[in-house]
Amino acid sequence: MPLLAVEGLVKHFPLGGPGEWLDRVRGHAPKAVRAVDGVSFAVEPGETLGLVGESGCGKSTVARLILRLVDPTGGHVRFGDVNLTALAGEPLRRQRRNLQMVFQDPTASLNPRLSVRRAVEEPLRRHSTLRAAERRERAAQVLARVGLERELLDRYPHELSGGQRQRVNIARAIVTEPRFVVLDEPTSSLDVSLRAKAILLLAELRATLGMSYLFISHDLATVKYLAGRVAVMYLGTIVEEASTAELFRQPRHPYTKALLSAVPVPDPTVQRERLVLRGEVPSPIDIPAGCRLRGRCPLAQPVCAEPVTLREVAPRHRVACHLA
Amino acid sequence: MTDLLEVRDLTVHFDTEAGLVEAVDGVTFNVRSGEILGVVGESGSGKSVTALALLRLIRPPGRIVQGAVRFEGTDLVGLSEDEMRAVRGTRIAMVFQSPRTALNPVLTVGRQISRLFELHQGASRAEGRTRTIGMLKLVGISEPERRARQYAHQLSGGMCQRVMIAMALATSPRLLLADEPTTGLDVSIAAQILELLRDLGRRTGASILLITHDLGVVAEVCDRVAVMHAGQIVEVGAVRAIFARPLHPYTQALVRSIPRIDRDVTMEPIPGMVPSLLAPPPGCRYADRCPRVLDVCRRDRPAPRAAAPDQEVACHAAEVEDAPARG
Repeated sequence: MPLLAVEGLVKHFPLGGPGEWLDRVRGHAPKAVRAVDGVSFAVEPGETLGLVGESGCGKSTVARLILRLVDPTGGHVRFGDVNLTALAGEPLRRQRRNLQMVFQDPTASLNPRLSVRRAVEEPLRRHSTLRAAERRERAAQVLARVGLERELLDRYPHELSGGQRQRVNIARAIVTEPRFVVLDEPTSSLDVSLRAKAILLLAELRATLGMSYLFISHDLATVKYLAGRVAVMYLGTIVEEASTAELFRQPRHPYTKALLSAVPVPDPTVQRERLVLRGEVPSPIDIPAGCRLRGRCPLAQPVCAEPVTLREVAPRHRVACHLA
Repeated sequence: MTDLLEVRDLTVHFDTEAGLVEAVDGVTFNVRSGEILGVVGESGSGKSVTALALLRLIRPPGRIVQGAVRFEGTDLVGLSEDEMRAVRGTRIAMVFQSPRTALNPVLTVGRQISRLFELHQGASRAEGRTRTIGMLKLVGISEPERRARQYAHQLSGGMCQRVMIAMALATSPRLLLADEPTTGLDVSIAAQILELLRDLGRRTGASILLITHDLGVVAEVCDRVAVMHAGQIVEVGAVRAIFARPLHPYTQALVRSIPRIDRDVTMEPIPGMVPSLLAPPPGCRYADRCPRVLDVCRRDRPAPRAAAPDQEVACHAAEVEDAPARG
């Protein structure tokens, strides 16, 4: 059984205002930002699923939906045999001990008035029955694990560097020994050398603590390093999902091909074939009918105006493209 | 190829409360006509300060302590502020990292470009408008008439960066300084912007100094590259030469520290941290992080040595076949 299963997840943000009222009066469906528009995937125990896509594709909304930081418009999130979507209040909070998240902005996600020690102890107050002294000890252990020296424990976030802050965030996420951690662009605000250290730390923690990750990133090279499987999102839907090795060796969806061919490769002798998409991502309010990439895809055919669903083109390799 | 820009021994210090920060220390490099020179290094290596110093945009407590910036035969360091203003924006232009904050939020983007033609070239308002539309077309903006009437907040990040590039190129500069022009943009948009820069460089003959932390960007668009560490250039030369055979231990560590999509690698972080530039010790500033450190490294600052036809390295330990040291 998968550790986490997301089934038909939908999140629409209504636009509100007079436009919505007018639409209702005229009998149209009111307009909405269709941030996540039918997403399904599963993460096995110990597995890391990479979720990639460009800004606005809905990947961070998927993360928030999984943790129920926002409520879905439709669909389910199952964690083991628990349907998280059906929970509320205290039962939901109890699940969060096993489901944690590291946010993109290491500064904004720390309370400036809590010391490092307090920030890391906080989840234990909420989720454990440990006594104060035990909590202190446990927080110190976890902070040592992520490579923060003891003398930093009583510092406040503004006294730390960006890399150190992200380590505090990671420590806070793993202090309750969760089984599943959502990492939302955890390395994108870090400099090259710090990024490498953070990636290696995450890989090491996964190996020693047996956690599963949902690793959200727009940095394909990092995803390749850390994830065993990858799902590619475009305009609120998954367009391709495969094992990392297969996706990077043989991408099938034109969007995946375009994304991979756009990543600059640090080797000046490599000549690559570029698949260039026209224009920019359409607004998630006016999503084109049929294949969502149709208007930008250089390979588009008349058939692409028909709706397209994810189908298996090879074992455990799913693609949503008429032409794949 | 001739040199458009010759920077010699450029040194920039910041007088802070904590002490003197030696942000840029004796930096020497050339930018040839029509080439794209990449400048890479970690945050705090002095890349951006170097670019600002070229334009004499270092504000107190910072100052250019010594060095020469010879551009089209004139030393910019010796110019008066008025003379410098005539160079800035017209002969040398700059594209910044966050295009949205660099644009004026209360003027339409068309007006911002048009004003450059009016101010710098005495164009009439109507003429300015026509040439603005032409610039927007040049940088690949569709529906330029409509976009010209919009404000920065109505444009996407990629579109804002195109507008910035249009502004920078409006006065046909000979040198474009681009400071992390694609950082924060999505990969496909970043690829479009890089392609645009490379293409414009070819078409207008302008040279580009491209600051980036991304070795992939260097490999894809630059002709030559300068690697900076802690305010100093440690290695400079042709991109093909340096990627084929990086000689400085820092360049080697930089190459090994990145995950890559084109091959399977074991990533190794660069050891240690960028050293403090507050009263740095004499000798090589990479010494404390360097796996090949020698006694001499902590004593003498290594001078750049020619290692290959177009490759220079400043390292005591680098294996350079009996090439003469350069003063």
